[in-house]
Amino acid sequence: MSKHNVSRRQFLNYTLTGVGGFMAAGMLMPMVRFAIDPVLSADKGGDYIATKQKVSELTAEPTRVDFSFKQVDGWYESEETNTAWVYKMDDGKIIALSPICKHLGCTVAWNTDKANPNQFFCPCHYGRYTKDGVNVKGTPPISPLDVYETKEKDGILYLGRLKPHGEA
Amino acid sequence: MLTKLYDWVDERLDITPLWRDIADHEVPEHVNPAHHFSAFVYCFGGLTFFITVIQILSGMFLTMYYVPDIKNAWESVYYLQNEVAFGQIVRGMHHWGASLVIVMMFLHTLRVFFQGAYKKPRELNWMVGVLIFFIMLALGLTGYLLPWDMKALFATKVTLTIVESVPLMGPALKTLIAGDPTIVGAQTLTRFFAIHVFFLPAALFALMAAHFLMIRKQGISGPL
Repeated sequence: MSKHNVSRRQFLNYTLTGVGGFMAAGMLMPMVRFAIDPVLSADKGGDYIATKQKVSELTAEPTRVDFSFKQVDGWYESEETNTAWVYKMDDGKIIALSPICKHLGCTVAWNTDKANPNQFFCPCHYGRYTKDGVNVKGTPPISPLDVYETKEKDGILYLGRLKPHGEA
Repeated sequence: MLTKLYDWVDERLDITPLWRDIADHEVPEHVNPAHHFSAFVYCFGGLTFFITVIQILSGMFLTMYYVPDIKNAWESVYYLQNEVAFGQIVRGMHHWGASLVIVMMFLHTLRVFFQGAYKKPRELNWMVGVLIFFIMLALGLTGYLLPWDMKALFATKVTLTIVESVPLMGPALKTLIAGDPTIVGAQTLTRFFAIHVFFLPAALFALMAAHFLMIRKQGISGPL
């Protein structure tokens, strides 16, 4: 026998705390898992979405391409429309830039600032980006515009996921 | 570790008397099932409280997904039950707990009634208990509509017809509860939701506080 004696009070304390803790955990575990489900569910995205843009019609000048897709938001399904600014580089590579300003998320457009032609311009705080999507130093944005993954199929432009600049 | 933390706080704020006052009191022999097994009847009040706590917690978690709107209510309930992890269990806790809390409360009431524990000086606590009973029934009634399925809708139509049959003020009362004189719809659902999650729980907390304060003040009724 060990010399360490557990008193009746201690024993009851341990068993009651244990049983109580077990019951509380059994109650709380499903509820907590229920609450944190959005964090743990796998990211399903990544499918390429067809636009109405013919690749052959793209030029070196950025064109606004709107594309629609079905969005499933929990129990709510809707038809959403996103925009990309697309142009063709000299070597034929297609660049599709996100119009979301990297400063505070307003929408940028091509060549809308008279004072700075041939740049992407954000009207909210005068953020500017060069044609390749890189932010102009001295304007509010701190990073380049995000870039869509692109794909050509049957002469039509397909857009995939948004990636940070330089990764697509 | 925990002891040290407790001591640190206790040294500064003297919290021991606070919880001692709430938790540290003798359980008389006649209510202790270890002495007389039949004393288990004294557990029903505590069980009612325990299930009420489960109802409050599971209800709080359900509102993370539930939408009180006629277009989305059913869809959101379907989604949280079938798509979200443990959704069936959390909704199940709230669903079955709602019935169980009424059962436990009823058994508690029967015990108090048949032991005559409601007699002087505990009449006030009996009255508060009866009010809690009504609040619980109202919680069950308002919660029944929220999933917005056929059963919910038609059960509520029956309820509203019963309300309408109240003499003189019936139609006004019905409109007050349904939010519209004829339609059982969007406004009914939001009203029932607000009543179910804000108004009734607030009333319930106040009444339960009074119920428990009185039992601590007066102590449990003596042996038969």
